[in-house]
Amino acid sequence: MSQIIVITSGKGGVGKTTTTANLGVGLAMRGNKVALIDTDTGLRNLDLLLGLENRILYDLIDVTSGRVQYKKALVRHKKYENLYLLPTSQIKDKSAVDPEQLVKLCAEMKKEFDFILIDCPAGIEQGFKTAIAAADIAIVVTMPEISAVRDADKIIGELGRADKNNIKLIVNRIRPQMIEKGDMLDMNDIDEILSVTCIGQVLDDENVVVATNRGEPAITMEDSIAGQAYKNIVARICGEEVPFIKPQKEGFFARLKKLFGLI
Amino acid sequence: MLDILKKFFGAGEKRSGTVAKERLQVVLIHDRATVSPEIMDKIKEEIIAVLSKYMNINRTDMEIALETDSDSVALVANIPVNSMRHAK
Repeated sequence: MSQIIVITSGKGGVGKTTTTANLGVGLAMRGNKVALIDTDTGLRNLDLLLGLENRILYDLIDVTSGRVQYKKALVRHKKYENLYLLPTSQIKDKSAVDPEQLVKLCAEMKKEFDFILIDCPAGIEQGFKTAIAAADIAIVVTMPEISAVRDADKIIGELGRADKNNIKLIVNRIRPQMIEKGDMLDMNDIDEILSVTCIGQVLDDENVVVATNRGEPAITMEDSIAGQAYKNIVARICGEEVPFIKPQKEGFFARLKKLFGLI
Repeated sequence: MLDILKKFFGAGEKRSGTVAKERLQVVLIHDRATVSPEIMDKIKEEIIAVLSKYMNINRTDMEIALETDSDSVALVANIPVNSMRHAK
């Protein structure tokens, strides 16, 4: 049974595209046939994160407007050969694709793929409505930051109004040291506020920048803590139960040790 | 010295994480309470339908709105009744 998953957030810059790239590679590494659709028309980046920017011939708009078959527009990944990208246009804008067109395309692609991941643009306008239209599951990406959580709440409301009720949450760029000091919202706070099932807690990791620079998602790096978190999310999507590695709050003894300069 | 002790026992001034959580809780009460005019009209029609079973109401003077204060939201309705319907 194939799944169509949209990765959305409301707010920009929280890591939608990074999440899409990592989950796509992770699912493909497990042997699934995966298609990634970039719907951030005009601001495409998923190709860069996957290192596929030089191999694009056709785009999503060519497909939805009927100029080419979708198979012709797909870019196959060099290393993970069952991973495909359907890039979007860098010239057109979000009104170039409507929800019905994407639903029709995904219905056709579903016959070929185990997973279709849709990278949604920021905002709650037309582009968002198009991106979510075909999805069975919505993954909302947020950060432990007041504006990102507020926007996630808004997006969760919009998804509900569009009858998208299978919603999962990923909290990205968690900084344990700041949580320890009490200067960052922790997972309990976010759970309590958003009350959506959390499938991922990703620590802030400089390796993600390195991975983006290289066009090789962090999930492929052995020593990346963010990469490990993405692997766990992929396992959860595949139905496995993986415990969360919770950043511990600084306890009494840790403070005592710190006071005496032991750590 | 007191400051050091307070810091040591984790007391004193509220940390910014807690401030963020409290501010979010308040702002989301307001965010979530916004209802589109179409939905509001639908709610109004459905209330009228239910009430009309028991009483004749004055639809033109009827008012219904969501009112929010700092930490709560209420649906406030003012519905003039012309007469009661007799139970069958």
